[in-house]
Amino acid sequence: MSQIKPPHDAAVPVSSPESAVSVRNVSKSYGPVEALKNLSLEFPRGELTSLLGPSGCGKTTLLKIIAGLLPADAGDIEVNGKRVTGPGSDRAFVFQDFALLPWASVIRNVAFGLELRGVAKSEREAIAEKYIGNVGLSGFEKAYPHELSGGMRQRVGLARALAVDSQVLLLDEPFSAVDEQNRRKFQEDLLELVRHENKTFIFVTHSIEEAVYVSDQIAILLPRPSRVSEIIRPTSFRNKDVENIRRDPEYLDIVDEIWASLRTYTE
Amino acid sequence: MTAFGYKLPAMSSLLIWGLLWEVIGQMNLTFFVPPLTTVIATLFSVIGTPAFVKAMTETAYAFGSGVFFAIAIGIPVGIMMGKSRLLDELLLPWVNIFLSAPLTALVPVLMVLFGFGMTSIIITTTLFGIWIIILNSRAGVMQINRSLVEMARSFGASPLDAFFRIYFWAALPEILGGVRIGVIRAVKGVIIGQLLISIVGFGALFELYSSNFLMGHFWAVLIVLFAMAFSISEFLAYLERRVAYYAAKR
Amino acid sequence: MQHRPLILKLLSAFLVFGAWEIAGRVPVSYAFPTFFESMDALLRLTLDGTMFKAYAETLKPLVTGVAISAVLGIGLGLWIGLSARFDWLFSPIFIVMQAAPLAALIPLLVMAYGIGLTSKVFVVCIMAMPVIVLNTSSAVRNTPVSLKEMGRSFLATDRDTLLKIVIPAASPVIFSGLRLGISAGFIGAILAELKITPTGVGDIISYSRSIADYPSMYAAIFSIILLAVLFLNLLEKFENYLFEGNNRGYVSD
Repeated sequence: MSQIKPPHDAAVPVSSPESAVSVRNVSKSYGPVEALKNLSLEFPRGELTSLLGPSGCGKTTLLKIIAGLLPADAGDIEVNGKRVTGPGSDRAFVFQDFALLPWASVIRNVAFGLELRGVAKSEREAIAEKYIGNVGLSGFEKAYPHELSGGMRQRVGLARALAVDSQVLLLDEPFSAVDEQNRRKFQEDLLELVRHENKTFIFVTHSIEEAVYVSDQIAILLPRPSRVSEIIRPTSFRNKDVENIRRDPEYLDIVDEIWASLRTYTE
Repeated sequence: MTAFGYKLPAMSSLLIWGLLWEVIGQMNLTFFVPPLTTVIATLFSVIGTPAFVKAMTETAYAFGSGVFFAIAIGIPVGIMMGKSRLLDELLLPWVNIFLSAPLTALVPVLMVLFGFGMTSIIITTTLFGIWIIILNSRAGVMQINRSLVEMARSFGASPLDAFFRIYFWAALPEILGGVRIGVIRAVKGVIIGQLLISIVGFGALFELYSSNFLMGHFWAVLIVLFAMAFSISEFLAYLERRVAYYAAKR
Repeated sequence: MQHRPLILKLLSAFLVFGAWEIAGRVPVSYAFPTFFESMDALLRLTLDGTMFKAYAETLKPLVTGVAISAVLGIGLGLWIGLSARFDWLFSPIFIVMQAAPLAALIPLLVMAYGIGLTSKVFVVCIMAMPVIVLNTSSAVRNTPVSLKEMGRSFLATDRDTLLKIVIPAASPVIFSGLRLGISAGFIGAILAELKITPTGVGDIISYSRSIADYPSMYAAIFSIILLAVLFLNLLEKFENYLFEGNNRGYVSD
């Protein structure tokens, strides 16, 4: 199992501003429907990039292509300079519907990625325990998914993705099935994670506010066929306190600006 | 399943099995399996015979009456159980018991009580089909959206109006689902009844064929029976799909 | 009232058994013994050991048939659920078997395999197997897509996916298929004993009918229904206990 990286392996140069993930000229069709057409996008290392757009704009398709779960019809994906041909240990996925094993306890769910990589039980449970603590679920190790709220379940999904220590985290509308209060808490925690984990996050969402709140870079996708219409990089409020972001003039301006460009695409 | 780029129809593999049957039959491996072609030839010669027509009409009569009683009693009882808590609590244990009980054991009782005739077979058929119909009608009524009931009341619908215009239709997908399973069970019931009371219908026909070792006849009748049972079940599944559109979203 | 369900259950049993007793006393038919006469016969048959001997005989084809159906049925079902080719080839057979009155095969089975244990085991198998196969295959086919994707994205091998995701996810439905199969197996076992040769409980039923000992006949029928219902209910309880998490695990609210 040569793919296993010890936790907190900082071998990859983190200081360089180059891309962790590059998407070049990717196209994808479902039968006659063109989901993605000739799409190119760069994802800077150590930052969080949101894919934002109306439903049916192919943002989840793009994320699954990056994850290697779907094959692209044309084009290239590179992660850390390596071409993507399928799922790999350099990427970890957080699912919209959590995709937890209902018959397994929290700790086994969190350790599941490591279990599949053949990590010994005591070792993987130690790692899982640490990440369960990191996402604020200490004390729930023995609980089962049906005993947890939606928000807590997604924390388990997040811990599972963190536990395999991949350089790139792919999040597919992770908070869409979580209630509003928990979602806000989650968003704050996510900012904290981006700051400290030194990983590259790719985040799919349909919420404008959520995208602007958590992102270093927002890629706005427009549908039929999907293309990147705009890339926005918020500058001034990123280093501020989490409580003050929603009052920041730049935050409000960007939200308005995105709404202005998306409103023509509502149904 | 696709072959050479064509999507093969769902039940098309039955042709392969038919071919296999023919080959085994032609190889004369066993007396019990004559070639399919022989069976089909027999089938056409058997269909017109008085014995077959008699068995068919008797079975159709028993099956039809049995299903009629199962539906005519089952649906109202199920709806009433869904509406009245007291009735539900009194009857539900028994419905559940008979749903999973080996009903074949009851046939001897029917035979001594109602004689070795049509009545016993009809009751057997009803007994096989009715319980799932009751249970599904009950479930259908119990899942009716509260706000649909409140809507009817707020628009001043009388209880009788509400019953026929709302409850029945709102529960229809479940009721039809129950009827479909109930009818499939009734098909099995009518045959089991005839096997045990073997002087009527196909029961008598089977006795006749097996005592004369008429394998071709036997298989021919089996094919007719299975094909009819399958068609009935597919037809009811089709009806169920017709109303499934509103079962999905409410 | 917290005892309401229990009280109503007892009341319901009392009403039905009471009606039985009254109908027996009228009597509605010379062949309709009262409830107490039947229970008396049940007690007698149990105490003198007849019942135990009969059940030892009846359970033989039932247990053998169900065991064969379970192993073969789950194996075939997994195979059909995993492979589109086998789905195409085998599913139609089991779909037709599920809809068809397979009991009609009994005379043929008797001709081919005689009136011994083999035929009876076959009867149990043809009754129990289709529902086991169909439940297993549809459970496997309906493994939640996101769980399979999760497995792939965390680099599960095919073997891991099958053993750690597909089979555990399918097991509640497989188990309920087994329960339905056992229920059908009971029907088949009794049918075989009544139709092929009277042995076990079927023998008590047929014999006491022929000598007009109706209380014993009703007692035997009562006991087999009671046994089947108790056993299946127990199985269902066990199932709910076993898969408690599974049943509620997929809700995403």
